[in-house]
Amino acid sequence: MSRRISPVIPGFGLTLGYTLVYLSLIVLIPLGAMFVHAAQLTWEQFWAIVSAPRVLAALKLSFGTALCAAIINGIIGTLLAWVLVRYTFPGRKIIEAMIDLPFALPTAVAGIALTALYAPAGLVGQFATDLGFKIAYTPLGITLALTFVTLPFVVRTVQPVLADIPREVEEAAACLGAKPLQVFRYVLLPALLPAWLTGFALAFARGVGEYGSVIFIAGNMPMKTEILPLLIMVKLDQYDYTGATAIGVLMLVVSFILLLLINLLQRRIETP
Amino acid sequence: MSIRRYALAALASAVFAGSAIAKDYELLNVSYDPTRELYQQYNAEFIKHWQQANPSDKVKIQQSHGGSGKQARAVIDGLRADVVTLALAGDIDEVAKLGKTLPDNWQTRLPDASTPYTSTIVFLVRKGNPKGIKDWGDLVKNDVSVITPNPKTSGGARWNFLAAWAYGLKAGGSEAKAQEYVKELFKHVPVLDTGARGSTITFVNNGQGDVLLAWENEAFLALKEDGGADKFDIVVPSLSILAEPPVAVVDKNAEKKGNEAIAKAYLEYLYSPAGQKIAADNFYRPRDAKVAAEYAKQFPKLDLVTIDKDFGGWKTAQPKFFNDGGVFDQIYTAQ
Repeated sequence: MSRRISPVIPGFGLTLGYTLVYLSLIVLIPLGAMFVHAAQLTWEQFWAIVSAPRVLAALKLSFGTALCAAIINGIIGTLLAWVLVRYTFPGRKIIEAMIDLPFALPTAVAGIALTALYAPAGLVGQFATDLGFKIAYTPLGITLALTFVTLPFVVRTVQPVLADIPREVEEAAACLGAKPLQVFRYVLLPALLPAWLTGFALAFARGVGEYGSVIFIAGNMPMKTEILPLLIMVKLDQYDYTGATAIGVLMLVVSFILLLLINLLQRRIETP
Repeated sequence: MSIRRYALAALASAVFAGSAIAKDYELLNVSYDPTRELYQQYNAEFIKHWQQANPSDKVKIQQSHGGSGKQARAVIDGLRADVVTLALAGDIDEVAKLGKTLPDNWQTRLPDASTPYTSTIVFLVRKGNPKGIKDWGDLVKNDVSVITPNPKTSGGARWNFLAAWAYGLKAGGSEAKAQEYVKELFKHVPVLDTGARGSTITFVNNGQGDVLLAWENEAFLALKEDGGADKFDIVVPSLSILAEPPVAVVDKNAEKKGNEAIAKAYLEYLYSPAGQKIAADNFYRPRDAKVAAEYAKQFPKLDLVTIDKDFGGWKTAQPKFFNDGGVFDQIYTAQ
């Protein structure tokens, strides 16, 4: 038996190799192939595609609605997590299970169901019509679909952290004279924020790329309710693979920058 | 030992005797959305027909359905279709051009430009036609709202668009007038679904719009469904387009699977009286004059423009109207 200095983590070489192969097969190679395909374009051609007015309008819409949905879920999702962790009530287990349903449901089914409900003649949509606005076939409808699809992210990231903060911590803060709002601001928020940001970023990223549920409720009107993934499908239907990858690259770059910013922000919070 | 030799001899005779020996065929027909019912019925009929001549053969036919363009892309990307039966010739042209699995002149290999059945674009309106829609001109009246899928993503919607264009051209007398008409028409469209089925859901289930521009066979299907006849009427406009959904053998795939003969027979039998009747029963207009006469009541006569005569074929129409920067894009971006 030869003697070797064992690395700090046992099986480091094996696990690293496995990680690299796995990541390459699942993430790097497919994404790399996209960049290679898009590289067939000259810089001018690429720019002409991604700066077309319709692409820019769709870019704003896709990122705007995804951001809105992530913010809504950031607030409501935290609230849901709070209720689920801090209170016991009949039916809690059922609600707990319901949170994950948007993940399990095929997105097209969600899209069709939401559209049927929120269309101007739908069960809920008719009230909006009475009040003089539309939900389905507007950016509002898109935000709604994205909020539905990304609901579990914030709840599921915040919930375990919240469960780890014992009630006694809050009580101690209260004993030391903190008002409820202060308890939230100085005790809970700093502990929750990193997890919350993770959930927020996941919800946002998922929303940007979502296609199946949005396509039914969006109305898909050019310049108004056309999302970026739809423009990719439009290009593909013209057998314009290169144009489609150009928009794909644009989405990827913008998403990457935004996620990187969120990550940096997270780091600053974690290491004050 | 002797058993093995016997088996070998049997195998050899099977190989050399060829057609006399039973064969297993597995045929894949890649089609577009609304032909599901048509081919279910036709496949059963064709298998019966094939087994009359080759009683010991086993034939299994699989169908795949989806948006025409998406199906074409799947075949280009390697789906092993023996035959394609798509919504428009342009999509099969792309399979020939990008996939190189069938020759460019595929459309000349079968009668009637490889289109065994046709359809046209009609209007589906709410029962009793409350908005009084009779022709294309009525679609651009003030309060009429029109449902059609997006021609950029839906093969069926391209036929809708060209039918509208043909009307605009006839009524206005110039291409500029035609463009004005379609621009006005699309101002009356509140939702552009990505496929024909999506638009049907929007119109039928979600109650949007006063009129749905639809394939004739889809409109009939909507009437046939539960209570459909109590909710909708079909309006046939004065002028429409002859929608020609063509069929073709994908040579390279069929060769690889040894299916050339049966794939060819499969498509040819569509032109037989039996095949034509099944098409007519599924609300596609038959090509065969005799069968057409039988079903004359079902299919009202109307003026029909054609893609080849009036638009110079898909190779001209697709870039002019639907590719990036084409007429459809101009309607929305040059406002």
